[in-house]
Amino acid sequence: MSIPQLLVHNPEDNVGVVVVEDLKAGTDMLCVITKTNTAFHLTVNDDVPIGHKVALRDIKSGETAIKYGEDIGKIVADTKKGSHVHTQNLKTKRW
Amino acid sequence: MNEMTLTGWRRENNRVGVRNHVLILPLDDLSNAACEAVANNIKGTMAIPHAYGRLQFGEDLEVHFRTLIGTGANPNVAAVIVIGIEPSWTGRVVDGIRKTGKPVEGFWIEQHGDINTIASASRKAKEFVQWASELKREPVPVSDLWISTKCGESDTTTGLASCPAVGNMYDKLIPQGIYGVFGETSEITGGEHLARKRAISPEIEEKWFKMWKAYQDDVIEAHKTDDLSDSQPTKGNILGGLTTIEEKALGNLEKIGHNSKFLDALQPAETPARGPGLYYMDTSSAAAECVTLMAAAGYVIHTFPTGQGNVIGNPIVPVIKITGNPRTVRTMPEHIDVDVTGVLRREMTIDEAGDALIDNIGRTANGRLTAAEALGHREFSMTKLYRSA
Repeated sequence: MSIPQLLVHNPEDNVGVVVVEDLKAGTDMLCVITKTNTAFHLTVNDDVPIGHKVALRDIKSGETAIKYGEDIGKIVADTKKGSHVHTQNLKTKRW
Repeated sequence: MNEMTLTGWRRENNRVGVRNHVLILPLDDLSNAACEAVANNIKGTMAIPHAYGRLQFGEDLEVHFRTLIGTGANPNVAAVIVIGIEPSWTGRVVDGIRKTGKPVEGFWIEQHGDINTIASASRKAKEFVQWASELKREPVPVSDLWISTKCGESDTTTGLASCPAVGNMYDKLIPQGIYGVFGETSEITGGEHLARKRAISPEIEEKWFKMWKAYQDDVIEAHKTDDLSDSQPTKGNILGGLTTIEEKALGNLEKIGHNSKFLDALQPAETPARGPGLYYMDTSSAAAECVTLMAAAGYVIHTFPTGQGNVIGNPIVPVIKITGNPRTVRTMPEHIDVDVTGVLRREMTIDEAGDALIDNIGRTANGRLTAAEALGHREFSMTKLYRSA
């Protein structure tokens, strides 16, 4: 398998993690779900730094972001499939 | 490591150390200068200055004493000189360390002055360091290693690679009889439902949950000005792509692997007493404070996953840095001991990453200096629970 640009922890997740530097908007990413070792492709909409997250599907404001198959907070702005997910559209449900 | 012969110093109390330090330990901030002077006079000794030790009281004072006594008692330490401003509290630290059977002597400054104290303490320190320099390493079983963990400057790669590598190490070595420990009370938030399920019994689960909840109620709710989003996740975490405390906590918990239950929920710097296995300790998530407390509990090697590149070390315990972030390996390679970036490229499995860490633990135990040791990182940070009187 060639080197993936995006890794996803769990099949239930709706976000994945960019694992290469200098990823440019419009790249057709090879994505791998680590738990199941299954691959898929996704086009990224933004320049996304290494370590940052990308939405795997359209996620509406108010929905829960899922990573590791677990709740990691609430989406606070409608987010398109392939777009950067970070502090601008994801907030903690805690403090 | 199964093929590697491990060696260490078996101390008077039968615990095994992987370093052979002679410490010059200040009771309080006032005694730092004298301790540093002794360490300057007598080569091969090490002073570990710190900021506190005056007018503390209650549980805050108990944490201070546990930390100092535990640091001196750690098996990586061969012998200890304690210097304080007055004899009473100095004597309490000396007596606590002496229970291990190792050589320890106390000195105090009042009625002597710095110069006479430094002279007397230097003579004893010279005796201790020459004695310690003749102590020999001997072969030891892996079960004699006490290995702690805490991550720092985490990012999303720590949850993908370096924390699971530590978890894999624990899944392999805890069944061989080692002691492990994890902590970081505020940083479990968002994963508390997973952490509590890892307690060995309902009694320990309840003890752990009270500890976690007390921090939420007594510290965060009492002291927060807005919310904790500026501190947890840290600015470094956010740069690295971590957005929320829940996401950080889930990555953090990858460090404890899949198979072990924790046997007790320890107070800060408390020595585990329920036999070999995994423990939880109530600690801050600040790296130096946490590693200092774990070292004071008796752990002799620390495994430290980092994403963005935390550079922490400890005076007495080798701190092994593991990273899965290729940018960190490229920009600050001198700080990294174990490179698991292959996990992100799908060229290395978590099982192989765990083996690479175990190999490095063995070599570090046998004397290889960690990056932090070679670079002189000796962060020794006392945990302070509340204002002094």
